[in-house]
Amino acid sequence: MDIDIIKESIPAIAQALPVTIALVSISLFFGFFLAVIVALSRLSRHNFLNKPAYIFVYIFRSTPLLIQMFLIYYGSGQFRDELDSIGLWQFFKEPWFCAILSLTLNTGAYTSEIIRGGIQSVSLGLLEAGKACGMSTIQLFRRITFPLAMRQALPGYGNEVILMVKSTSLASTITIMDMTGVYKEISSDYFSPFEPLIIAGAFYLALNYIITIAVSSAEKRLSLETR
Amino acid sequence: MKKMLATAALTAVTLVSGAAQAGDIVRIATEGAYPPWNALNSAGTLEGFEIDLYKDLCLRAKLECTMEQTPWEGIIPSLKAGKFDVIMAGMSITDKRKKKITFTRSYAASPAVFVVDKKSALASFTVGAAKISLANLDEAEQKALDATIAALKGKTIGVQKGTIHLNFLKEYLKSDITIRTYATQEQLDLDLQSGRVDVAFAAMSYWHPLFQKEEGKDFLAIGPGFSEGPFGAGVGLGLRKDDQALADKFSVAINAAIADGTVSKIAMKWFGFDASTK
Repeated sequence: MDIDIIKESIPAIAQALPVTIALVSISLFFGFFLAVIVALSRLSRHNFLNKPAYIFVYIFRSTPLLIQMFLIYYGSGQFRDELDSIGLWQFFKEPWFCAILSLTLNTGAYTSEIIRGGIQSVSLGLLEAGKACGMSTIQLFRRITFPLAMRQALPGYGNEVILMVKSTSLASTITIMDMTGVYKEISSDYFSPFEPLIIAGAFYLALNYIITIAVSSAEKRLSLETR
Repeated sequence: MKKMLATAALTAVTLVSGAAQAGDIVRIATEGAYPPWNALNSAGTLEGFEIDLYKDLCLRAKLECTMEQTPWEGIIPSLKAGKFDVIMAGMSITDKRKKKITFTRSYAASPAVFVVDKKSALASFTVGAAKISLANLDEAEQKALDATIAALKGKTIGVQKGTIHLNFLKEYLKSDITIRTYATQEQLDLDLQSGRVDVAFAAMSYWHPLFQKEEGKDFLAIGPGFSEGPFGAGVGLGLRKDDQALADKFSVAINAAIADGTVSKIAMKWFGFDASTK
């Protein structure tokens, strides 16, 4: 244990905290919209919607995120000219874009299943009642299905958010200096992994503690008993 | 019985102390991802300058050695934790590393150079000096160094993590450039190829053979070769500090291998130039 390395690690890793938070929040934001679209497609009766959605979820849930990230980052580099000709290389050139794309696709796949479970848990009786009041399909979805599905999905979604915070550490493998990237740099600077490692671990713990509290207070607010 | 117990206790002490003893197998670790120093060939076995050299050195020092692969990141903590006894991974002898481990004398050295794609605007960049030794700069070298720094201003430069090359960039160019760090040199090459980094920085001994290959045919070294200063005093074997006796044995073997031209011969075979340190 070297106190000096710890003293240096705390501000250095704290400076990288916004990077980790940005990676999580941007990919959760886009991932949520993707997940709603995928979940609805999965529930569609039309094969041209539910089959591709099923394949998307299957692929992104069944392969490691690290491999997805490497494929998107180093794989896109192999098709530079092709991507350039359709104007996409300027995006794929940036490590940030590749990291957020792979995190978004990954969380989109997991979250879509959470949302699908929520939607399927909404009881038919409530929908019948809505129909009897003369609501259209869209009104039914907006007023009944979606809010109830979200309440049902919240515990599972909170879990996914915490997993995402930890998943962002993989972005350090494609040159992004998030908290894990900084930890690795300090560790190889001093040839001493232990000190920066516990600091980085403490930051992840603190971040996830805040998320846990936020999710559980949201759960309480939405629960039937206290309303 | 008493004797047996004593022997057992002695063995236990030897095992716990961690220092390699004569007669033990010496476990050498290399990265296996830094051709032509050390790399995996298509058959999945280790090959390279250091793979040929360690066999010769162990034979000379009458040591029984094994060679294993370990990631570059964390290679020094792993040595100190006793996962293996010797680092032989193109590691330069620097003052910073010497605080943690001990080194043998150096067996090879290679200047560091900046490399760009042949199509890059920097491809035609030249300065007066062919090499710059950072330990004591003369006037021409200082001019060449300033010109190089000016030419690289605003560029994105890729470098491997935990290397003397990264230390150099941080020390001399940090405020002028964007640094991207990579776990392996091969990942950096891919990003130089795709244009994600404008410039890559590593040892000439790595680049020279790569230029002859398909993957490196579009790459070009620019500007002077850098040595000394943050680049240290050549490449040596790294050992735990309590293994000084073993380090000395290797140093004697390296002396002999350099004197009879063996290191030069192996260097010519792998680097295409004589990188041995006289």
